Amino acid sequence: MDLAFFGVQLLNGLQYGLLLFLIASGLTLIFGIMGIINLAHGAMYMIGAYLVYDLTMRFGNFWLAILVAIPIAIALGLVIERLFLDTLYKRDHLYQVLLTFGLILVLNEAQRIIWGGDVHRVPVPAPFDASIQLTDNLQYSVYRLFVMGVCLVLAGVIYGVIRHTRLGIIIRAGAVNRDMVEGLGINVRTLFTLIFSVGVALTAFAGMIAAPLTSIAPGMGDSILITCFVVVVIGGIGSIKGAFWGAIIIGMATTFGAVLIPSLASMVIYLIMAAVLLVKPRGLFA
Amino acid sequence: MSDDIVLATQGLTRRFGGLVAVNDVDFDVKAHEIHAILGPNGAGKSTLINLLSGEIPPSEGQVLYRQKAIQGKSARQIARLGIGRSHQKTNIFPRLSCLQNCELAARIHMGGVLGSWRSRHTAQQVSERAQEVLETCQLNHRAHTTASDMSYGEQRQLQIAMVLATAPSLMLLDEPMAGMGREETAQVTELLASLTDRYTLVLIEHDMDSVFRLANRITVMVDGCVLESGPTEQIRTSDKVRDVYLGRHDEGVTA
Amino acid sequence: MLHRYPKRVAYLMLVLTALVATFPLWGEAVFGNQANFMLEKLTLMLILALFAMSLDLLVGIVGLVSLGHALFFGLGAYTLALASPDFRPASMWWMLPLVIGVSACVGLIVGLLVIRTKGIFFIMTTLAFGQMLYYFISTSQFAGGTDGVFIMFRPSLAVGDTLLVDLDDPYSFFYFCLVTLLAGYLFLRWLTRSYFGQVLDGIHDNEHRMQALGYATSGYKLIAFVIAGVMASIAGMLAAMQYGFANPAQLGWHTSGEVLMMLILGGMGTIFGPILGAFAYEILLFVYEHATRHWPILMGLTIIVAVLVLPRGVAGLMIAPPRARKRRTTANDAPEKATVSAQPVTQSKVD
Repeated sequence: MDLAFFGVQLLNGLQYGLLLFLIASGLTLIFGIMGIINLAHGAMYMIGAYLVYDLTMRFGNFWLAILVAIPIAIALGLVIERLFLDTLYKRDHLYQVLLTFGLILVLNEAQRIIWGGDVHRVPVPAPFDASIQLTDNLQYSVYRLFVMGVCLVLAGVIYGVIRHTRLGIIIRAGAVNRDMVEGLGINVRTLFTLIFSVGVALTAFAGMIAAPLTSIAPGMGDSILITCFVVVVIGGIGSIKGAFWGAIIIGMATTFGAVLIPSLASMVIYLIMAAVLLVKPRGLFA
Repeated sequence: MSDDIVLATQGLTRRFGGLVAVNDVDFDVKAHEIHAILGPNGAGKSTLINLLSGEIPPSEGQVLYRQKAIQGKSARQIARLGIGRSHQKTNIFPRLSCLQNCELAARIHMGGVLGSWRSRHTAQQVSERAQEVLETCQLNHRAHTTASDMSYGEQRQLQIAMVLATAPSLMLLDEPMAGMGREETAQVTELLASLTDRYTLVLIEHDMDSVFRLANRITVMVDGCVLESGPTEQIRTSDKVRDVYLGRHDEGVTA
Repeated sequence: MLHRYPKRVAYLMLVLTALVATFPLWGEAVFGNQANFMLEKLTLMLILALFAMSLDLLVGIVGLVSLGHALFFGLGAYTLALASPDFRPASMWWMLPLVIGVSACVGLIVGLLVIRTKGIFFIMTTLAFGQMLYYFISTSQFAGGTDGVFIMFRPSLAVGDTLLVDLDDPYSFFYFCLVTLLAGYLFLRWLTRSYFGQVLDGIHDNEHRMQALGYATSGYKLIAFVIAGVMASIAGMLAAMQYGFANPAQLGWHTSGEVLMMLILGGMGTIFGPILGAFAYEILLFVYEHATRHWPILMGLTIIVAVLVLPRGVAGLMIAPPRARKRRTTANDAPEKATVSAQPVTQSKVD
């Protein structure tokens, strides 16, 4: 493998990892603070991708599609939250798993009804549909760099909010002791709705910007969900830092695994997870 | 170390980051005595009990049980050695009946590992012991009641029953009378007093009346350190203790 | 927790069992020429009931929610498929022990890794390990990839030259599965009422307290995990015999999700509930599949409704019919008493 190829894989791994981080951060926040395990999280990623596909076809403009799709996704998240998650806060994880599993069935099938079972593509949008010369031998897609940039910015924002704002402190406190936070006069209900909506928005947004990079197909939410679970397990529940580094590790491992050991590629992330569990059963940054 | 010392600590210390919760504590417990640990909130009493029962390891120092070092052992191992413990926050099996709670407690010292085929006999012995213990704690009328359906006071009595069921030689009781009314407190006081012919008790308690009535010796802790340790009378009349803990008023103390 | 149910439950179950056991007698009268098809369906329900029961040991009894139980189900299927010789039937005398042995080993290895995790973590790691095996099998050559492996001959159950039971005959196989299910039920019933079962109850209720009492809770959980896995693998083996093939979907998390659905439909922690749940699930599936090709929506909605409205499942209805439950729930609405304990992540706030 020559240097240029290595460079491309490195960047790809980073880009994939950063996208995973967006999704995983929503997942880990929802787990950590609300104590809810939401299997339908991956379905939101799928919905983001399909929405952007649909709206891009309608408007002919990718950016407009995203602008319209984001509020739709948030609205959907709010509906789900108010309808179902309300009852799940107080319940066992088992019931959350079951209910959200039922949700996956409903959402996946709804997608089939609306958009059918075909595989779709969204073209890489202007003005990023070009390659840029990074070094003598290394050309790289500008759009991918854009995606990385966006993810990094969002990561920075999330980090900033969590670490340096009053909201962030409330979130971190809520992750440790929800009742205490309530006792301090904070409307936990609203806080939860906010967290859930943000989590959903991040995931759907990840689906939207990832759309030009992957194929939009039924069940795409399922596989990304499991990968994100692995990320959260490795990183530690409720830890944004853990989600970040876990995502980078998994992103790199998947990308390099696919080129170095294709036969074992799909297993690599689970082997890593097993290794982490052996040493740190609660994750790297628990 | 003389023969009748069941438990002793030497230089026991526990830090949490910058906070020294237990600071160089030396004290000992004699066989068949009731030894109370007193101190204002934050004095380190619960941390001390957690160190003794193995729930947390010490940062420094030793815990000697029958002259053998046990610091650093897990709660599980220490329970197996004959040290039983009750918790400050009621820690029972809410969905099981009282009898089942005590049976589980008794089993660990009486049953085999998977030995249900081995022992209709053991099952019976376990059940008998559990009934015995419930009777001692005056809970036998609640034997088949689900634990979570009982009153708070009864649940705390169940906790004591469970500790008894494990037939420990040393009992560590963390505020056994917390939240109890006067009658229940009197009941429990009587119960604990009756146990000394078979057991050794270490008590953390706030209820001063009960402590002075029950305890043979008292160790007073403040800010993680031992302020004074000695027979009840000595503590009761100690100026140091009175200043720090009881305030400068005369008698008439309740926690 | 008490594992003792009202007499009517026993009567109902006995009646249902008798109905099922005598199907060959009345099947044709009711279903006409569909009878053979129905027999196949019924056999499948028995097999899935075994699968669901095995998960109940983990989820309902010990309180460990596994989203990867299909790992063992598929493992049983693939062990059968891969170990069967190409041109003649295997002998059940070594096939069954092989399936048990393989699943016990895998259960031990996976168990050692996952048992140390709690609550949400346990759910996620079991899911991930299930998927690991899924990907491994579906991308591998020797296991036929996504197509799976066909089973040419069902194993034979013979002593020397005499056939004890002809497992190729649908009726005999049906009874074989029925007997296996009953054996599994009786085994679990014994297990849960034994000392071991009591310890599992205690672990479910307050693991921390169990440890403080001196119990090596991880060991008990591991044993339960392995037992559940072995039972699921036996079910998988039977399923492969019934379908005639092993394929990766049997390992996938959708299968793990399906068996969880059976648990909630039937009622967890009861051992007999999952049997009802498996039947209920298959019946609903049959109805929905014939109603619309978009049946997953119906199934999804059913599960959502079940969680919201009927969390104790059919068994719950049998044990405490609505009128009686209403009386009991008002009594239990008294404010939460101070029985806090255990780690926050695993504590269930509603029974």
